[in-house]
Amino acid sequence: MKVLMFGWEFPPHISGGLGTACYGLTKGMSKIKELDIVFVVPKTYGDEEHNTIKLMGANNTKITQVKEQIEEFKQKHKYLEVSATLIPYNDPEKQYTFRSKDLTEKKRFLNISSEGKIDFSGNYGENLIEEIYKYAYVASAISLENDHDVIHAHDWLAYPAGIAAKDVSGKPLVIHVHATEFDRSDGSVNSKVFDLEKMGMDAADQIITVSNRTRQIVIDKYGQNPDKVTTVYNAVDSLNLQEKKETPKGVKEKIVTFLGRITFQKGPEYFVEAAYKVLPKSDNVRFVMAGSGDMLEKMIDRVAQLGIADKFHFTGFLRGKDVYKMFHLSDVYVMPSVSEPFGISALEAMQSNVPTIISKQSGVSEILNYVAKLDYWDIDAIADTIYGIISYDTLPIMFKECGRAEVDDLKWENSALNVYDVYKKAVEASNHLINAF
Amino acid sequence: MKALCFCFQVHQALRLRQYRFFDIGNEHYYYDDYTNENIIRKLADTCYLPANAVLLDLLIALKGKFKISFSISGLALDQFELYAPEVIESFQKLATTGYVEFLSETDSHSLVSLKNKAEFIKQIETHSQRIEDLFGQKPQVFKNTELIYSDSIGETIAELGFHGILAEGAQHILKWKSPNYLYCNSISPKLKVLMRNCKFSNDIAWGFNFDGGLTTERFVANLNQLDEKEQIVNIFLNYETIGGYQSKETGIFDFLRYLPETVIRDSEFKFAKVSEIVSNYQAVSKIQIPVPIACVDKEQDLSPLLGNHIQNEALNKLYELNASIVKINDARLNKDWRFLQASDHFYFMCTKPFTNNNIHNNPFSSPYEAFINYMNILSDFKICLKEKDIPKITSTSES
Repeated sequence: MKVLMFGWEFPPHISGGLGTACYGLTKGMSKIKELDIVFVVPKTYGDEEHNTIKLMGANNTKITQVKEQIEEFKQKHKYLEVSATLIPYNDPEKQYTFRSKDLTEKKRFLNISSEGKIDFSGNYGENLIEEIYKYAYVASAISLENDHDVIHAHDWLAYPAGIAAKDVSGKPLVIHVHATEFDRSDGSVNSKVFDLEKMGMDAADQIITVSNRTRQIVIDKYGQNPDKVTTVYNAVDSLNLQEKKETPKGVKEKIVTFLGRITFQKGPEYFVEAAYKVLPKSDNVRFVMAGSGDMLEKMIDRVAQLGIADKFHFTGFLRGKDVYKMFHLSDVYVMPSVSEPFGISALEAMQSNVPTIISKQSGVSEILNYVAKLDYWDIDAIADTIYGIISYDTLPIMFKECGRAEVDDLKWENSALNVYDVYKKAVEASNHLINAF
Repeated sequence: MKALCFCFQVHQALRLRQYRFFDIGNEHYYYDDYTNENIIRKLADTCYLPANAVLLDLLIALKGKFKISFSISGLALDQFELYAPEVIESFQKLATTGYVEFLSETDSHSLVSLKNKAEFIKQIETHSQRIEDLFGQKPQVFKNTELIYSDSIGETIAELGFHGILAEGAQHILKWKSPNYLYCNSISPKLKVLMRNCKFSNDIAWGFNFDGGLTTERFVANLNQLDEKEQIVNIFLNYETIGGYQSKETGIFDFLRYLPETVIRDSEFKFAKVSEIVSNYQAVSKIQIPVPIACVDKEQDLSPLLGNHIQNEALNKLYELNASIVKINDARLNKDWRFLQASDHFYFMCTKPFTNNNIHNNPFSSPYEAFINYMNILSDFKICLKEKDIPKITSTSES
């Protein structure tokens, strides 16, 4: 079975969990002999892993522009013509305008280089909508040139590309929901993003969600037929030995860590309040908030106001090696997410032998047993559990050993098999439909 | 007789290096030597050395008709000693003319006056001794960091035997009163209070930026417009104004060169050192300042230094360590302790809008970054303190 997959980012050029998940899943799928995958991203940099996956950059695809084709494409994708401000998923510090010159100026052709290629920034930049739009255009060209049996699009940025590809080839479309607008926003849903998401789901033959929690949102809020929504849990890549290298621990105290974007979705304020409850009870603890985001300054202010800044540290945004360094130094990892479709970072923490506390409001809580699962708002319970783990030796030992074993069982190969099942369902259904005519 | 008093503040922040969470407990050096050296070298060449040269010529040529006062912070002296010793020599040359006075300060240019009396006194004594060793005169008048002044700070200063103190001519304190008189402390009336004339000071500090800006003639004309009874005009400026904030191209050096002549020729004003004003004039009244005032921004209070949670938290956490510092008394830690107290660290954490933070070469892109960096360093410093503390405790318990 040939799969044409559309994503937005691919390691090492990632800014969040989406790229990591796409990479792990695709690698797992490459182990299934029957599957032949082409993974398309807006931009390739040349330093991505090519051994197991056929990676294709939309920026390297030659397109021919025929006026009629472009007009037809524009006609079909009129829904992209908007002008609004949007907060991106992976980079909440930036706002970008939902605006496109190619759309608003009614130009007849897209800007291309002398080689006939469209330039993509490949990030979550200012002209995101333009990128989505161009990506979708190139996707239709790619769909025409690459024979495939099923189309698979990851998250809303790639939905238009999936839809465009399906328009051309008529092959079944599988949409993979890694997050919804309801997770990202604190109730103030951006209707434009919602529309794009719903459009993708409506056009899809099958929908994959990363947890039952997300599946329920897709069914309830986006009005999807439960029969076409399947949950496939994420997994985690086994840890590279090199990344486990020792880092000297400069402080004697136990370290309790929050690591993630410091935004409403991740519940950083509950971590701060829990820290304030633990600190008077124990001299032997420091708290670390790693990451950055639109709530960082508010959190710093709150920590200063509570007078705990000598025991509560901020690291700023951590990348690559530093993330593992941070896990390595940690004695407890806390993920108090208010709404978390999945939460791969909890798996990464457990892999690094860090006892982990997660909120019940995370997708990953559906599959884990050897973690503490609490309500994100229950700061007393969070404080209690932190205190227990740092004070009584048996708890961390159990969490570490059993948690590690539990996470090691979560393999991308298994997720890949589940995705394969969804493909089969999608292809069967569409064949059935064709035969019916 | 009317007196014109020029007093220059010489201070440069000692900038901290980028210090990450991972460094805590592992790295014990906190300073950005490269930047500090660069800034001091640059200012030595554009400001301190050329300005001192102009002043030296004037002092010699005018033979006592021109006088000037300096307040040089301990941190500035430290950095001159490290990176530009010739600046100290040039100040010493000024001192030998006899027409230059050096004021007392807190050695670390700190906010200690608001926090700890014993440490405050210690820092003043350290600084006075340094000034005496370098310039051969014992300071008679005190100038606090950023001109921070309150009744109780004045009381402490009076106890130490100083005769005068400098203060900001804060509008909300003076109201209808004029800064152009000598006042005295409301608790210890023998301590005279010199109020900064904000208008005349700021005219020089910021008056060169546009065409038709300040000239010596215009400056003297303004002086002559003052009421007949107003006796003294105190002009307190950052020395970096000359050639630093106001570059050579603005004409600031020419202004400096011709100002004394113009004042002497066209007005009744005579130049005076701060201690001359203190001894030659009577205080007109007590001035009551229960809440500290300062000279940082337009509000003339502590708000740019201690106006938000992060500044207060950092300062509180810093002075919590005072008792251990006194107890341990380790040479290297004492040095870090001095450097970490500098007011600049707290000013860099200012979140007020429109604060002109970059004229102080603020190395941080946000006040929160400054706070994180400072607290990381403070955490490491605390660990170092704790490590030194342990052997003493065990030795006492054994005995």
